[in-house]
Amino acid sequence: MLSFTLNGEKTTFDGDPDTPLLWVIRDANHLTGTKYGCGIAQCGACTVHVNGMSKRACVTPISTCEGSQITTIESVDGREAKAVQAAWKSLDVPQCGYCQSGQIMSAVALLKQKPSPSDEDIDNAMDGNICRCATYQRIRKAIHDAAKEMEASA
Amino acid sequence: MNDAHVADVSRRHFMQGTGLIIGLTILPKTAAASVTQGNPQGVEGVSQSMNAFVRVAPDNQVTVLSKHLEMGQGPYTGLTQLVAEELDADWEKMHVEASPVDDEVYKNFALGMQLTGGSTSIANSYEQFRKAGATAKAMLVMAAAARWGVPQNTLTVSKGVISHKASGKSANFGELAEDAAAFSPPQNVSLKSRDQFTIIGTHKQRLDTPAKTNGSAVFTMDVIADEMLYAVVAHPPKFGASVDSVVDKDALKVAGVTMVKAIPQGVAVYATSTYAALKGRDKLSVTWSESKAETRSSKQIENDFRQAMSSGGFEASATGDVEAALAKQNVTVVEQEYVFPFLAHAPMEPLDAVLLKNKEGGIECYAGAQFPGSDADAIAKVCGVNREQVTVHVQLAGGSFGRRAQFGSPYMTEAAEVFKASGMDRPVKHIMTREDDIKGGFYRPLTIHKLKAALDSEGNIVAWDQHVACQSLMGKQDELDETSVEGAREVPYQFKHHRCMSYNTSSKVPVLWWRSVGHTHTGYTVETFIDELLEKGGKDPIEGRLALMQPDSRDAGVLRTVAKMADEAGPVASNAARGVAVHKSFSTYVAQIAEVTRNQNGEPKVTRVWVAVDCGVAVNPNHIKAQMEGGVGFGVGAILYDEVVLSEGGTVEQSNFHDYRSLRMSEMPHVEVTVIQSDASPTGVGEPGVPPIGPAVANAWRRLTGESTYRLPMVKAAQA
Repeated sequence: MLSFTLNGEKTTFDGDPDTPLLWVIRDANHLTGTKYGCGIAQCGACTVHVNGMSKRACVTPISTCEGSQITTIESVDGREAKAVQAAWKSLDVPQCGYCQSGQIMSAVALLKQKPSPSDEDIDNAMDGNICRCATYQRIRKAIHDAAKEMEASA
Repeated sequence: MNDAHVADVSRRHFMQGTGLIIGLTILPKTAAASVTQGNPQGVEGVSQSMNAFVRVAPDNQVTVLSKHLEMGQGPYTGLTQLVAEELDADWEKMHVEASPVDDEVYKNFALGMQLTGGSTSIANSYEQFRKAGATAKAMLVMAAAARWGVPQNTLTVSKGVISHKASGKSANFGELAEDAAAFSPPQNVSLKSRDQFTIIGTHKQRLDTPAKTNGSAVFTMDVIADEMLYAVVAHPPKFGASVDSVVDKDALKVAGVTMVKAIPQGVAVYATSTYAALKGRDKLSVTWSESKAETRSSKQIENDFRQAMSSGGFEASATGDVEAALAKQNVTVVEQEYVFPFLAHAPMEPLDAVLLKNKEGGIECYAGAQFPGSDADAIAKVCGVNREQVTVHVQLAGGSFGRRAQFGSPYMTEAAEVFKASGMDRPVKHIMTREDDIKGGFYRPLTIHKLKAALDSEGNIVAWDQHVACQSLMGKQDELDETSVEGAREVPYQFKHHRCMSYNTSSKVPVLWWRSVGHTHTGYTVETFIDELLEKGGKDPIEGRLALMQPDSRDAGVLRTVAKMADEAGPVASNAARGVAVHKSFSTYVAQIAEVTRNQNGEPKVTRVWVAVDCGVAVNPNHIKAQMEGGVGFGVGAILYDEVVLSEGGTVEQSNFHDYRSLRMSEMPHVEVTVIQSDASPTGVGEPGVPPIGPAVANAWRRLTGESTYRLPMVKAAQA
């Protein structure tokens, strides 16, 4: 039996310890904002925060999550998350929207590390998140806008 | 077995954050197995239907029923703007959901059935959805007039409130909805003129944006039903192969795997979790019968297609006498062959469906369906129920790019076979993995173009002869498939002698339209070939094109606009070059200029793109810009990196995003878009942003490096 904290709630999993965190989140806990896109850490649609760090849930075995604090799009919060989600809405970033949970989780993790990222920082932090609708230009702008908003309200 | 797996529904998960409230309280929970998360359709609840497209709830919320699938291209918001405009509604009270499935009531007028595709959603609905709004408004006005005993023409409507100035009476739509629904809809309603619009033509935030920024938007992948099984299918490694024998012993040992069943499409593994199903599939040992399989490699298929161009063919268009003009002594003849690879669509959400039996013995399906009526037909046929017993609940789709639009519904046929083979006792969610998606066929066809042109002594193009060999998307053998040559049979340039020939080729690789269909290859050949011819003839790429166009044409309009945009952006960056292309598709005109440099590996890097688009009345200019930005990014990724290759023996080499590359953040150019002001009827924008980017990039690359690209993708071509 594995124990961890999922979105602030004590959670256990007693299935196959090899099960990727993605399917524990989605199938066992019915939190479906975290998406399946590739299964091999190539697209970033499954990005969550484990102990505050951005992780690809699709290649993270649940056995490595014992005692971890896991945060998904459904409960991501704090000034970075608020600024990112507000900027995403204001620029109408999503098209199909399927990748956007992962994009937002990566963007929030970036702003926690670098509150005022350069274009190059954005490239480095976001290159692992594929958007087939190619909303990248608005994602980039939204991250810059979120950074500005955080600075203005600091 | 328990057969009472009822599709009772809860809307609490639908569009959380958008404030949708209609139908919150309906349908009691009556059975053990039910859909606990999904977007069910046809639940009216306490709201009143004004017509097939508009519902008004007592609390003044208005819901538009979209006959078109929302897969990112924006119809949910655009169609709602059309209704809200004529309804004089309060935009803040507007909501949207998928309409029920009905190939008559919810027909796409451009295509004859309920269908989302061909960049037609706004174009075919422009009058219908405005009329739906106007009709609903008329009924609400009738209700107010009757209630207050005043003439209708003394009432005014604004932002969802109907007022009678003389008496000071007013009521909102919600208060009048029940009365209004009792009136017969008027047959004739007048629509606003363009100068009266206050909602059409403005930027309204996408209605699906809030839910798509907090994880609450529900796609098919996210539908949950009680006791649901998860299923994946092991597919044959070659197209046309079938199951010979299966050893499922090890698969069945995987904890959570409940069944393994052979179906016509492969071998289905069912489990109580996705991971168990995937692990079980890995443990299968399947022997495939390849006697009917496609065993040719892409290279062999290409050679066979080339061979097919040596005779026959359909004359798609002809002006003048091309052969005679090319045979003249005093002309310079330029010839070129182009080869385009198979391309996968790779939508972020791979194909998936949830099927379950309801308490009446009917079948409910949740899917992001572009052809929902056709999908329902397929389910009825496979599962042996009457068509009327099948309900398709159309879900938000995580992209498509054409992949979810299939005549005959082969994907839904597979999902239905999976459900049927399970015994249909429990709900089943069938998903394709990314590997199933990339290896699964339904590709943009491998295509060969041969072009030949004659230049006179002054460098003028006097003859243009284009031959296209392409597997017919419509399955045609003995007649012309227009989708093979759209964008090449009619060009914006006035050539004295012009011909376009089409050759239907065949393979067992299933093919499908891919965002902008035939234009994906015709736009490339026409616009790169003319660019080279203009250069050979000593002509400017913009002025040379304009000289061949009707001066007042919309093609010329977007070309002039984009040239001005690029000029105003300043000089070309050092170590970079610009290329231009203009192409009309789906009745929308788009011109693009791309600035391209070399990255550190010597490969093309697209840094900036200017876009001018003329799509008639711009219902939501910001969303049109978004579609152009996305079309550019989608096209740049494909043109630079993408191909699906069949290796020796016919197996697909690529499998996932590591070897079927998608454009990434660092590779996305900065895109600027100008939407041309127009009074023409609106046309689509989902696809038309794609065709010009490939040739614009290739033209820039040629001007930068002197290297032409005749075989895509470019990066592989550049390395060769």
